[in-house]
Amino acid sequence: MNWDKKDLLGIKELSKEEILLVLDTADSFKDISKREIKKVPTLRGKTVITLFYEPSTRTRTSFEIAAKRLSADTINISSGTSSSVKGETLKDTARNLESMRPDAIVIRHSMPGAPHMLAKILDSSVVNGGDGAHEHPTQALLDLFTIREKKGRIDGLKVVIIGDIAHSRVARSNFFILRHFNTEVVCSGPPTMIPPDIESLGVKAEYDMNKAVRDADVIMMLRIQKERGGISFIPSVKEYSTLYGLRKEHIEKAKKDVIIMHPGPMNRGIEIADEVADGPYSVILDQVENGVAVRMAILYLLIGREA
Amino acid sequence: MKTLIKGGRLVDPGREIDAKLDILLNGNIVEKIDKNILDKGSGMRVIDAAGHIVAPGLIDVHAHLREPGYEYKETIRTGTMAAVKGGFTSVVCMANTDPVNDNKSVTEYIVKTARLEGACRVFPCGAISKGLKGEELSDIGEMCEAGIVALSDDGKSVKNAGLLRKAFEYSLLFRIPVISHCEDDNLSGGFVHEGLASVKSGLDAIPSIAEEVIVHRDIAVARYVNAPIHLTHISVQGSLEAIAAAKKGYGKITCDTCPHYFSLIDEATLGFDTNTKVNPPLRSRQDLDAVKEALRNNTIDIIATDHAPHEFTSKDVEFNLATFGISGLETAFALSLALVRDGVLTLKELLAKFTVNPARLLNIPYGTLAQGSAADLIIFNPAIEWTVDTEQFLSKGRNTPFRGWKLKGKNLLTIVDGKIVYRDPLFKKA
Amino acid sequence: MKNKVLLDKKALERTVTRMTHEILEKNHGCAALSLIGIRTRGIYLANRLQKKIEDIEGIKPPVGILDITMYRDDINKLKSPVIKKTDIPFDVNNGTIILIDDVMHTGRTTRAAIDAIMDLGRPKKIQLAVLVDRGNRELPIHPDYAGIHYTANPEEEVLVRLHEVDGKDEVVIVRS
Repeated sequence: MNWDKKDLLGIKELSKEEILLVLDTADSFKDISKREIKKVPTLRGKTVITLFYEPSTRTRTSFEIAAKRLSADTINISSGTSSSVKGETLKDTARNLESMRPDAIVIRHSMPGAPHMLAKILDSSVVNGGDGAHEHPTQALLDLFTIREKKGRIDGLKVVIIGDIAHSRVARSNFFILRHFNTEVVCSGPPTMIPPDIESLGVKAEYDMNKAVRDADVIMMLRIQKERGGISFIPSVKEYSTLYGLRKEHIEKAKKDVIIMHPGPMNRGIEIADEVADGPYSVILDQVENGVAVRMAILYLLIGREA
Repeated sequence: MKTLIKGGRLVDPGREIDAKLDILLNGNIVEKIDKNILDKGSGMRVIDAAGHIVAPGLIDVHAHLREPGYEYKETIRTGTMAAVKGGFTSVVCMANTDPVNDNKSVTEYIVKTARLEGACRVFPCGAISKGLKGEELSDIGEMCEAGIVALSDDGKSVKNAGLLRKAFEYSLLFRIPVISHCEDDNLSGGFVHEGLASVKSGLDAIPSIAEEVIVHRDIAVARYVNAPIHLTHISVQGSLEAIAAAKKGYGKITCDTCPHYFSLIDEATLGFDTNTKVNPPLRSRQDLDAVKEALRNNTIDIIATDHAPHEFTSKDVEFNLATFGISGLETAFALSLALVRDGVLTLKELLAKFTVNPARLLNIPYGTLAQGSAADLIIFNPAIEWTVDTEQFLSKGRNTPFRGWKLKGKNLLTIVDGKIVYRDPLFKKA
Repeated sequence: MKNKVLLDKKALERTVTRMTHEILEKNHGCAALSLIGIRTRGIYLANRLQKKIEDIEGIKPPVGILDITMYRDDINKLKSPVIKKTDIPFDVNNGTIILIDDVMHTGRTTRAAIDAIMDLGRPKKIQLAVLVDRGNRELPIHPDYAGIHYTANPEEEVLVRLHEVDGKDEVVIVRS
C-alpha cells in the first residue's frame, strides 16, 4: 500500500485502498489522544496553516489539535484576520503564506474548487476543509471511520442521509465514499433540497422520511445550509422540522442497533430532537473524537513523508 | 489592382457552388468567377489557391468587441484582427459596452473606430433597452440610421415581456431582427449546467429550463406581432425542440449555437477550470447530441462565436467569481469543421451557417461571391492540423477551454473589401 | 554468495533460553517485570520469553506490542506509509520493562522505542534484550541481553526468521 497524493482535495479523487489506509492509520493515531501525554514527534518541525474563510469551530480546532498532537506547529487564519478584508485575492494570500514555507495549508472556503485552485499553484500540501457545497473529505472519512468502528463493518449497511442534500458538502463526500462499499445509500429531504440527478451518484432518493429510515443501520442528519440559501427552499423551518426532524418514532422504524450521526453544528429541535441527539444511539460525540484521529492520519500521510 | 485567386475549390453555399473555379477581383469587387481564368494582365496579383478551399468570408452574428469601455478585454482593432485570423470578414458586436450601445453616438463611435482601425467589417447591434436595464426602449431609430443591424440586450433577457413586445413591433419599422438571449434569471443564478456534473461539483447550477422557458416566451411574443426573431447561443435540447416545432408554423424564426456547445459538455467543468465557465453553460451529453442533430436538420441556421474575451485576472480567481465567456473567434471555424468530418454536415452546409444564413438574417450584402459583389473571401485548408496556443492569439482574450487542443482545418488567407488582411505564415506569398 | 546460518532452530531456542535465565538472574525473578516487543519480530520473541519465564517461575509477565514508526527519525524516508497499532495493555509506570527486538544495529530503533515508552509513562527501568547484536552503533545505546554478537559488514544483512511470520526459525547472514 502506498500514498502518493500531495493534496487531499476530495473523496472523489481517492481509491478504496487509499480510503482504507486513512482509516487504518487513524486507528493507530486514535490511541494517542487517550494517553496522558497526547503527543508524538511524527511531524516535528512541520508547519500547518489553517486558512478558514467560513466560520468553523469543530473542523478548525480538530485540525489544529491533530497537527499539535503530531508535534507540528500550527497557525490559524480566519477570514476576519486575513487580508481578504483588505481585498487581497485568495491566490495572492495563498502565495504569500507559501513564502513562509508551511508544509500544509488546510483551507475552508464558501466556493467549490477553491482548494483545487490553490493545489495547482502551491508546493505545500492542500487539504480541503470544506469547499462550498462540493466536498468535505475529512468529514466523510471520519464518518466512515465511526461507522466502521461502531458497526464493525461497512459492507451490507443501509445508510440514510437526511436534510439539505443539495447544499451539503458532507452529503456529497459521504456519497462518494460509500459508493466504494457494498452499502445501500438513501437520501431524504424536501424535493427542493435534493438535486434532480442525485441517483447518478448511486444514491436512492426517498422524499418520505418515514420510509427512508426503515431498517436503517446508520442515520445521518444534516442541518439546513442557511449560508447557502437553504431557507428559501422550504416554506418554513417549523414545517421542515415537522417533516424532517429526527425523533424517537423514526428510530423505532430503523434497525435496533441503529446509530445516529450528525456532522454538526446541530440545530436542536429543528433537524434533531434532544431525546435523539443525547440518546443512546447517538454517536455524534464519537464523530468529533474520531475527527482528530482521521485528521492526524491525513496530515501524516500528506506531509509525514518525502514525496 | 486586379487579384486572381487561382486553382482553388470554391464553395459558396449562397449560390449552390462547389467547384474548382478561379476568382478575379478588381479592387474591392468580384469581377469574374470562372473556370481557368488566365493570368494575362501585367501587375495582376495571383494567389495560388491550389489544394485549398475558397469561400465567402465568414460572418459572425454574435461577438463582444468590448469597445468602448472595456479596452483592457478587447478593442475593435484586436477583436477584428482575431476575427480575420479565424476567417471572419464581418462581425456583429453586442451592445453591452460601457457606455451601452443604446444611442446613436455610441453606434457612431463603433462604426467610425471600426472604419479606422478594424481589420474587417463591423456591424453594431443596438441595445433593446436603455442601459440594458429592460425598462424603456433605447433610441432604436437613430441607431439604425447610424448603422446597427440588429437589436439585442444580449447578456440577459428582456425581463419585461411588455417591453419585449414593443421592441419586436418597433423592429418591424426598420426591418432589423431582434436577437434573443434566452435566460430566465429567476431560474438561473448559477455558474454551470444543472446536471450530472453539478451534482458532483456542488457548484450553483443553471438548469436547462432557464433557457427553454424564455425561448417559448420570446417566440410567442414575436409571433403575436408577426416579427422576425433570432434566438442566440441556443444550448439545450428543450429549446431546440421548441424552436423546431415553432418553425413549422411560423417562418420568421432563426437561431444560432456556438462551437463550444457541440465541442464540450458539462464534465469539462469538473476540474474547476474557469475557462470552461460560459453562459449559457456547457451542457449535458444529451444536449450536445441535440445541438448536432439540430445543426444537421437545419433547426439551427447559424453558428456564432459568442466571442467573449476577458483579461487574465478576471479568470484567475475562484470559479464562482470568474467572468463568463470564451474567446472564440480564432477557434470557432476550426472546431466547426469537425462537424464535416463527423458527417453531421457537408462542407457546403457548414459554410451556409457561417455565410449566407447570417447575411440573410442581418440583411447585409455579403456572405456570397458573385460578379459585382464585395471582395470578402477566405482561403482555408480543412486538412491542416494545428494546436491551439493562446500565446498566438491576436485577441486580447486568452480565455479558452480549447487551449492545447489539436484542431484540424486552418484559415490561411482573409481578404476583406479586396485587401489581404490576414495571411497565415504557412501560406506562402505568391 | 552463499547465506551463512548463524543460528539454526535448535541453537535459536537455546539462545532464547539463556537470555531468559539472564533476565531472571539480573532482575531477581520476574516480579514487576513487563515485556514489550518491537514490531514485528520483537513481538514473537517477547511471546517466547514470556512462555519461558512462565515455565521457570510459574508467573506470566505481561507482553505489550510497540510500533515505533511515529517516533522514527527517518520517518520521512519510509517507503510504506503504514503505521500499525501500539498495544500495551499494562501500566508502564514504576515497573521494569524489558524491551525486545530481533536485531540491534545502529541503535536508532531503540532510541525511538525508549521515547515511545517514555511518552506512555515513567518506568523504573528499561532494559534491552536483542537476539542478535550486529554492532556498528550510531548512538550510545547497548543491549543488556544479547543472544549472539556478530560484527557484520555493511554489505551483510542479518535476518532473523521466526516461524510465526517466516515459517521457520533461524538467523542467517545474507550478503548482497
